Amino acid sequence: MKVVLPIVIIVLTVVLVAMATIQPNQLSPAKSPEGAVQALLARVQARDYRGAYSYVAHNADSDEQAFAEDLAGRNGSLRTYSSLANADTKVLRATDDEAMVRATLAYATAVGAFYDTRDLKVVKEGDNWKVEWPVMKEAKVPPQVIQENYLRWDVITRGGNDDFGAQNVEAPRVRIVSMNAIPQANNTIIVGEIENEDTVPGFVSVGATLIGKNGEVLGEETSFDKISHTLLPKEISPFRIDFSNVKLASIKSVRMTPNSMLVPASADPTIGVLHQRVETDARGRHVLKGELVEESGEVVNIPHVLATYYDNAGKVIWVSDGYVDQALLPQTPVPFAVDLNDTAAANVHNYRVTVNEYILNRQDQQP
Amino acid sequence: MTNDAIDFEQELSADVGPVTKAIVICAGILFVVCCLGLYGFANELNVPATVTAGNGLSVPASGSGEATLYLAGPGTAIKRKVQLGGNVQLTGDDLQNAGRYVIALDGNTASFYVTAAPVHAIAFLARPSRVPADTPNVVTGTAFLFDRYQNLVLEPQPVKFELEVNGQTVTRTETSKDGVAYTKLDSSKKEGTAQFVASSGSASVRRVVQEVASDPCNIRMTAQRDPRGILVRTDPIRDCAGNPVPDGTIVTFTSTDSRGKNTVDARIKRGIAQAQLPASNDATISVASGVVVGNEIKWRNE
Repeated sequence: MKVVLPIVIIVLTVVLVAMATIQPNQLSPAKSPEGAVQALLARVQARDYRGAYSYVAHNADSDEQAFAEDLAGRNGSLRTYSSLANADTKVLRATDDEAMVRATLAYATAVGAFYDTRDLKVVKEGDNWKVEWPVMKEAKVPPQVIQENYLRWDVITRGGNDDFGAQNVEAPRVRIVSMNAIPQANNTIIVGEIENEDTVPGFVSVGATLIGKNGEVLGEETSFDKISHTLLPKEISPFRIDFSNVKLASIKSVRMTPNSMLVPASADPTIGVLHQRVETDARGRHVLKGELVEESGEVVNIPHVLATYYDNAGKVIWVSDGYVDQALLPQTPVPFAVDLNDTAAANVHNYRVTVNEYILNRQDQQP
Repeated sequence: MTNDAIDFEQELSADVGPVTKAIVICAGILFVVCCLGLYGFANELNVPATVTAGNGLSVPASGSGEATLYLAGPGTAIKRKVQLGGNVQLTGDDLQNAGRYVIALDGNTASFYVTAAPVHAIAFLARPSRVPADTPNVVTGTAFLFDRYQNLVLEPQPVKFELEVNGQTVTRTETSKDGVAYTKLDSSKKEGTAQFVASSGSASVRRVVQEVASDPCNIRMTAQRDPRGILVRTDPIRDCAGNPVPDGTIVTFTSTDSRGKNTVDARIKRGIAQAQLPASNDATISVASGVVVGNEIKWRNE
């Protein structure tokens, strides 16, 4: 008895440890096209990309690493700061061995909700349904040297030992070049453009105060991220300020407050916006689509697209924006799409797209 | 002569007694007041009406023995024992701040004013720190004149303003009023770092005003085919006075073809801006900077 009990305890311990460490690598197979997509997305939601990959059809294009990077993000893109919060699926069409399922994915990101719609082909492999996940192949740019003349502005501000009259360097001159108030249901939207008229960069923001019929303040808001905050000399940025639950009819006047501050800045990178066109998407909504191309040698981690729409008189009638969840690699086109208000779409005569960039660990910002 | 006239003369003669009495009483009172005044004047402190800041003051003190001197003025309160029968000395340190002072000695008081000394320092506000070249009345200078004790010099003084850039100097002399002189000057045609100097007497202060190029003028670009598409490049971009527009200024190239619109916000570097636009067989290419539009190119790929 003295020998048996320790042996039993040791064996039991080994068994329990083994049970805890060894996970079953076989997930329950999908018995329907929609079930396959839902099971795959459930694994993605749990950040189990290996498990998710077990629901992917094994054709020549599939690659587990590329699949995981496609869903988890790469190069410090917005996708790397997001998680899949919700996924809705809908079977568009199905046969005995093939189906098309639309997945509407909602990601929670650092800049708010991000939506993605994918039409996924699902095929039957044996008794199980598998998803043909269209992995986006990352274009490879040939090794090369891109010459850059980095241009920076640094600011030396007034010191504590300077005398009373010593002036500080002044904030850049900025001007609101156009402004328009638009009613939208119970809300009022202020859109417009602001220009840095100076020869130095500026950090700008625009505030608006709505004044009622009796001179009372109905609301105060700022453009928040619906603007390019860093404006280089002669750069024009759109801005949009949303006032919820304030009807345009109740407003007597709008007081605009453009603010600017002199900041150190870099002139790079240069981003081209190619093949811009207004289209209608699968849901019948108007979207402005195009491609972004980083023309210099830096990686832009999070691009932010701002679109300004004009009527035939050149007046700004709408401003929309959207983040791109892919990083911009040098000279590699990345598609983008931003919503266009259906009411405004009928009157859009022209549009202009600008891009904000967020770069991690800028090389030229290091001393 | 009527009866009424006779009555008037009688009434007048009847009032002579009380009137005379009143005149005598008034004269007596006046005499006493004058005597008291003469007595007081004889004991009043003899100080000048104004004293220049930093200068000492000698106050005659009649009498004998010891007395207490009180001096109160802007930022000053002094109490000290002095000997009567000579001159009481107030040093320059006692009288540094301009303004009204009251002195009291042995029960007598007097007041005087300390005025600012000659200009010793200038607080010079030059605005703005950065101006577009070739613009009238855009540089403002405001000079506040102070003596060595930081008193504002209220007496009118000539103040010379000089704005010098690239060897060209604009000079203007203004007279200060209530311690302040003000001027407005044009910026020069050529960009550069302007030295803005205000001087009065021996005091002089220098500020720097950056004169920069104005809006671009006549933007002109060329386009050429290259392996990656269309390379567009501007000529050196200058303002209407010929100054090069600073590097970093945004220049927007736009091409429109059947596939949509392409835009690149390029930065001026080394005086020019260039960008890569996608290849196209039939495109319209335009260029702009801010609200200034340049030339347009009809691109045909043959």
